[in-house]
Amino acid sequence: MTSRYFPPTANSALVELRDVRFGYGERVILDGITLTVPRGKVTALMGASGGGKTTVLRLIGGQYRAQAGQVLFDDQEVGAMQAGDLYAVRRRMGMLFQFGALFTDLSVFDNVAFPLREHTELSESMIRDIVLMKLQAVGLRGARNLMPSEVSGGMARRVALARAIALDPELVMYDEPFAGLDPISLGTAARLIRQLNDSLGLTSIVVSHDLDETFHIADQVIVLANGKIAAQGTPDDVRSSRDPLVRQFVTAAPDGPVQFHYPGASVEDDFGVEARP
Amino acid sequence: MKFLENLGFGLRSYLAGLGLGARLFVRLVLLGRVTMRRFSLVRDQIHFLGNYSLAIIAVSGLFVGFVLSLQGYYTLQRYGSADALGLLVALSLVRELGPVVSALLFAGRAGTSLTAEIGLMKAGEQLSAMDMMAVDPIKRILAPRFWAGVITLPLLSAVFSAVGVVGGWMVGVLLIGVDEGSFWSQMQGGVDVWSDVGNGVIKSVVFGITVTFVALLQGYEAQPTPEGVSRATTRTVVVASLAVLALDFVLTAMMFSI
Repeated sequence: MTSRYFPPTANSALVELRDVRFGYGERVILDGITLTVPRGKVTALMGASGGGKTTVLRLIGGQYRAQAGQVLFDDQEVGAMQAGDLYAVRRRMGMLFQFGALFTDLSVFDNVAFPLREHTELSESMIRDIVLMKLQAVGLRGARNLMPSEVSGGMARRVALARAIALDPELVMYDEPFAGLDPISLGTAARLIRQLNDSLGLTSIVVSHDLDETFHIADQVIVLANGKIAAQGTPDDVRSSRDPLVRQFVTAAPDGPVQFHYPGASVEDDFGVEARP
Repeated sequence: MKFLENLGFGLRSYLAGLGLGARLFVRLVLLGRVTMRRFSLVRDQIHFLGNYSLAIIAVSGLFVGFVLSLQGYYTLQRYGSADALGLLVALSLVRELGPVVSALLFAGRAGTSLTAEIGLMKAGEQLSAMDMMAVDPIKRILAPRFWAGVITLPLLSAVFSAVGVVGGWMVGVLLIGVDEGSFWSQMQGGVDVWSDVGNGVIKSVVFGITVTFVALLQGYEAQPTPEGVSRATTRTVVVASLAVLALDFVLTAMMFSI
């Protein structure tokens, strides 16, 4: 398969967030972040749990609306779209959910065929060929007749990946694709993301906590912290960052700007002892 | 001040819930024609919901028929009207017990299953995944189930009433010894297709709409956690059962006044 051609006049960014704010009630999740996702590249979104990484994916997919700022997909503002336009844009996106989100009443084959049956008028024989090609790409052609309850967590995510690319999207978003995977499945999943991105000419956004694998496959890394972007650049740039918060994240240090202990009463107060001089 | 804040928040949440429910109901009704164009989805759900409830409906209908016949005979024979037993059993079942008891059983059996299914789909992000695939979950998942429930409950009510009549005949004629000719002829002569059977059908359609909508709404609005799905399932039984009983009173009053 050949890579998708991006004309030189086209905006090099497929996705842009401009000064986006989002929160739940008084809790601010994203506090005016601005970022770009270049076409044809793998962009990793990293940061502490609850830092707003998945929220960014949902804003790009139009499942959440930004409270301020703009979310652009191919220069179109996602937040301002009506349902029809939003669904048209979503057909150009694929999303891999954390645990696959496979339809439990459908077989592996039918899960991958689902978007094709919903959005195209293709014949069943054509759908069969496309589904088998997508399953071949993720190494699960032989598992086509299994039910989701019969496949492992890693396999479920590969099936979900085949389903996400069934309609040949331009953008694929991965929400923690490595969570809970054994080392073999983890390596396989990471290689698949990179290979599919390059061979299908996709643009990929990967939300992950796995530093080694993510730094290995990403072209660009964005670290979110406290609702802002703490670091942005190539994996090497982020690795060599001097920002204390980014350092703590990259070295996986238990204490630092993000504290190990949840704020509360002192140990002396709780245990009723005198503080040592 | 805190009390007023909580009261205001509670009231606003309640009104928001009502508004959301009303919007969902209108969407489900408006999607009727589109849903019927993909009848295979509705057919699969009719098969699923019907299968779930058929056994319990049939067995319950039989026992209700047994009891009706025994109780009816006890009362009627005091006034020398035991021959009217068939009429009493049929009218009780067709006008009242068939639609109401079927709806209550349907809420407990198929309704809870619908709520749990939708709630678990939500918890497993299946509905979100569908939405991200540009497939509307209300159109693809909820609407076929809603219309299947609306079609299925009247059919189950008919089964309940028919089996109940057979149960009444078994106890009344075979066990007690009421004259078989009187049993059937009184029933044939006294039950009016439009005013009796028709009223029962109207009730069961209204109950079908009510129970299925409550089940779907509870599932769709469930907290996506095991506890949330469990609570939603319980709420389905409570809300749907109370709604059926209240609507039964309203519909019966309306039918008597016409």
